[in-house]
Amino acid sequence: MATVGKTQGQEPSTNGQYKVIGTRPIRHDGVDKVTGRARYGGDTRLAGMLPGAMLRSPHAHAKLISVDTSKAEALPGVRAVVTSADLPDATDKIANLGEGSVNLKHLSDNVLAHDRVLYRGHAIAAVAADDIHIAEEAVGLIEVEYELLPPVMNVLDAMKADAPLLHDDIKTNDLGETADQLSNIATHIRFEKGDIEAGFAAADVIVEREFHTATVHQGYIEPHNATALWNADGHITIWMSTQGTFTARQQTAELLDVPVSRVKVVPMEIGGGFGGKISVYLPPVAAILSKKTGRPVQLLMSRTDVFEATGPTSGSTIRVKMGADSKGRITAAEAWMAYEAGAYPGSPVGAGAMCVFACYDVPNGKVDGFDVVVNKPRTNAYRAPGATNAAFATETVVDEICEKLKLDPAEFRINNAAKEGVRRIDGPVFPRVGMIETVEAIRDSEHYQTPLEGKHRGRGFATGFWFNVGLKSTAQATVNSDGTVALIEGSTDIGGSRAGIAMQLAETLGIAAEDVVPTVVDTDSIGYTDVTGGSRVTFATGWAAYLAAKDIQGQLIERAAKIWDCDVAKIDYKDGAVVGPDGKRFTFKEIAAEAQTVGEPVIGRGSADPQEPGGAFGTHLVDVEVDIDTGKVTVLRYTAAQDAGTAIHPAYVEGQIQGGVVQGIGWGLNEEYYYDDKGTMRNSTYLDYRMPTSYDLPMIDTIIVEVPNPGHPYGVRGVGEVPIVPPPAALANAIYNAIGTRMLELPMSPPKLLHEILKQQ
Amino acid sequence: MAKKRVVTTTINDRQVEFLCQPRQTLLESLRDVLNMTGTKEGCTNGNCGACTVLMDGRPVDSCLVLAVEAEGAHLETIEGVAPSDGLDPIQTAFLENAALQCGICTPGFIMATKSLLASNPHPTEDEIRFYLAGNLCRCTGYDKIVRAVLDVAESREEVSA
Repeated sequence: MATVGKTQGQEPSTNGQYKVIGTRPIRHDGVDKVTGRARYGGDTRLAGMLPGAMLRSPHAHAKLISVDTSKAEALPGVRAVVTSADLPDATDKIANLGEGSVNLKHLSDNVLAHDRVLYRGHAIAAVAADDIHIAEEAVGLIEVEYELLPPVMNVLDAMKADAPLLHDDIKTNDLGETADQLSNIATHIRFEKGDIEAGFAAADVIVEREFHTATVHQGYIEPHNATALWNADGHITIWMSTQGTFTARQQTAELLDVPVSRVKVVPMEIGGGFGGKISVYLPPVAAILSKKTGRPVQLLMSRTDVFEATGPTSGSTIRVKMGADSKGRITAAEAWMAYEAGAYPGSPVGAGAMCVFACYDVPNGKVDGFDVVVNKPRTNAYRAPGATNAAFATETVVDEICEKLKLDPAEFRINNAAKEGVRRIDGPVFPRVGMIETVEAIRDSEHYQTPLEGKHRGRGFATGFWFNVGLKSTAQATVNSDGTVALIEGSTDIGGSRAGIAMQLAETLGIAAEDVVPTVVDTDSIGYTDVTGGSRVTFATGWAAYLAAKDIQGQLIERAAKIWDCDVAKIDYKDGAVVGPDGKRFTFKEIAAEAQTVGEPVIGRGSADPQEPGGAFGTHLVDVEVDIDTGKVTVLRYTAAQDAGTAIHPAYVEGQIQGGVVQGIGWGLNEEYYYDDKGTMRNSTYLDYRMPTSYDLPMIDTIIVEVPNPGHPYGVRGVGEVPIVPPPAALANAIYNAIGTRMLELPMSPPKLLHEILKQQ
Repeated sequence: MAKKRVVTTTINDRQVEFLCQPRQTLLESLRDVLNMTGTKEGCTNGNCGACTVLMDGRPVDSCLVLAVEAEGAHLETIEGVAPSDGLDPIQTAFLENAALQCGICTPGFIMATKSLLASNPHPTEDEIRFYLAGNLCRCTGYDKIVRAVLDVAESREEVSA
């Protein structure tokens, strides 16, 4: 096995500048994952382990009058039953989870409902039994009396003054002031810049549209899982698939009201997350079942549980108004954005409001955002949370402005692009970013330069922005006597990040990527590390690995100084060797062996909290064909250009782009939570939710643009999230280009598109 | 509870006897009775293909097969794909094409690919996409998976030529 082959597109430009970075080694965890040996959360097997099952609400909104577990407890083979009464009283404390914060009372209520169920699938009770079938049977014996309440399933309905209320503790935080009455609107935020009225007065063309987007799920193939052991000494161990062991530890500890040091979270391999595996659902419940039974307990969700009770991201209503002058310069932009939070506050409307016009230099702007609770599962992060909804609105309006002004979509974007020194409406000023470069890459691509021919075919263009985050990471690296390095880290590896991090350590030490052995370890074994999210791992944990390597360099220099009996100032570390005066030199392998025989072990540590993740931009181009008899859209060709800063492992950068694009295509063309009037999701299986399959898609071409991030030693920008942002808008623009139908609602599924086509005829 | 049954099968060329309840699926028996956790569970209703195994050479969703139906069958699972001294060319191609990210769908894709190439050694891109449409991947967008399968087919061509 050599390395990963080059598949398509050009090699990134920094290739050649580095020895390891920009190459494509086989991932370190690869063999385990193609042989079935890799152990995911659900593969955890412990002696004496009991399986568990959960009772979930069949109603979208109801008061819990009583929960009677006596018949379930009496069933032979049942070992324990828990309800919210077994959870400690949660306070209104806000817990910081790294990427976002959460109200613990709401989180506790989401884990096991206390006095009300707020969505279908809301957990009410759990059973541990001798086998899963007994546990499931016992769940059916739990008697619950409900008092049904009217469900509120849409953000606009929930915002009405006379809407049924979900909570008795939510009063709108309206621009910082708390309102007097209870409401489903948890928060109203606003960002402003310049003079919005003067901006629109200066416009020669103004376009204003209202958009609706459906609730969609992250759709990871591995259901949530947790295996817990509450030991007799009070120590709790959780084996689980999570995007963040430390946030899982903190949430579990807070919900169980024990110190964090009493909880150890062991990261099993994780089968996808995309933001949806940051919140805890099962660990506290499994832990209490374990405490009651004295045995390890494993809880696994079904696919329907995953759809009905985890994830998803917000459905939304967005109004965007944009003005431009006859030369094609944006003069003003305004947005009104209402996002569904699901059952508890915390939609990504804040991020959406910051991203909605972030691709552009908008001189006068105003953005209002509303976080609104509805009777759907509590929303969670989903790849660039909030930004995809926003880009669908903005990029469609931009397309219409380009059409009205007869301007090329690429030129319009270049003329108005966000660039170094431009201030976003929400305040921050951009450092060096690659928006223009991604647009140019698409404009100059063979795809853009080749005319599209054929009936009912069209081409769409869209851009997207995501901040990325930095946050805290730790890495520790032990030098082995054979000249290799054992690297341990706390970032769970969701898509090949072990390789990307190991490569940065290898680059810094001047050794081969294969000579680094990376391992992701539990919360007792490594320093605090924030979640695998926010496109941060290659950036921030890579930085920690870089620092660990620099620490090793320093120790090796000191060791050489002792051996050579000279001053450390005269010794340097370069090209994988310690270099001293008079041609003295130790390669890394030589000094690693030397260090083993003389002196203390060499262990490098790196802990990082970098602040400049560097914004990520992507520009996408798509060709579609519309079947006007059925409303079905076929994607013919797709090219995505993205600024990766520096592509550490280009194959996995391409993979992130392709995966994000396809999730965006699913979001754009077919995926939605389809509810009946009782608030029951009617498509809570993969067959009916219908994510893209291999047969729905063409190859996804990628162009990696590299505008190095000045805020990282190797210029890395996160790459994971932004590729999901442009696709729905690009597809909408392509559909318009194909058949002249402007789609203002997601998904643009066959029935919805056909409806618009028929209206037009 | 109905009495447990003894099921006698061949799994990865070894004769295996195991006990199961009549209501247990093949997937559950593989994972929980035989501790063969390489076969993954994604949906338990035949929608995602993560639990694909070969039964008498045919790809099946093991979550839709009752364990008792495996009596007398020849089963192949991901644990039996690699030879003792390395990897199968399909596994190598998945690694060399970066055809996995999280990896949870990978065992199912490899089993489906094995079945595809057994019946059609030189599939076109379209044939690959059609054949693998019963296996969901949410990470890769399928591009690199399709390329991996094309790669295996191509290298087989070289060997046979």
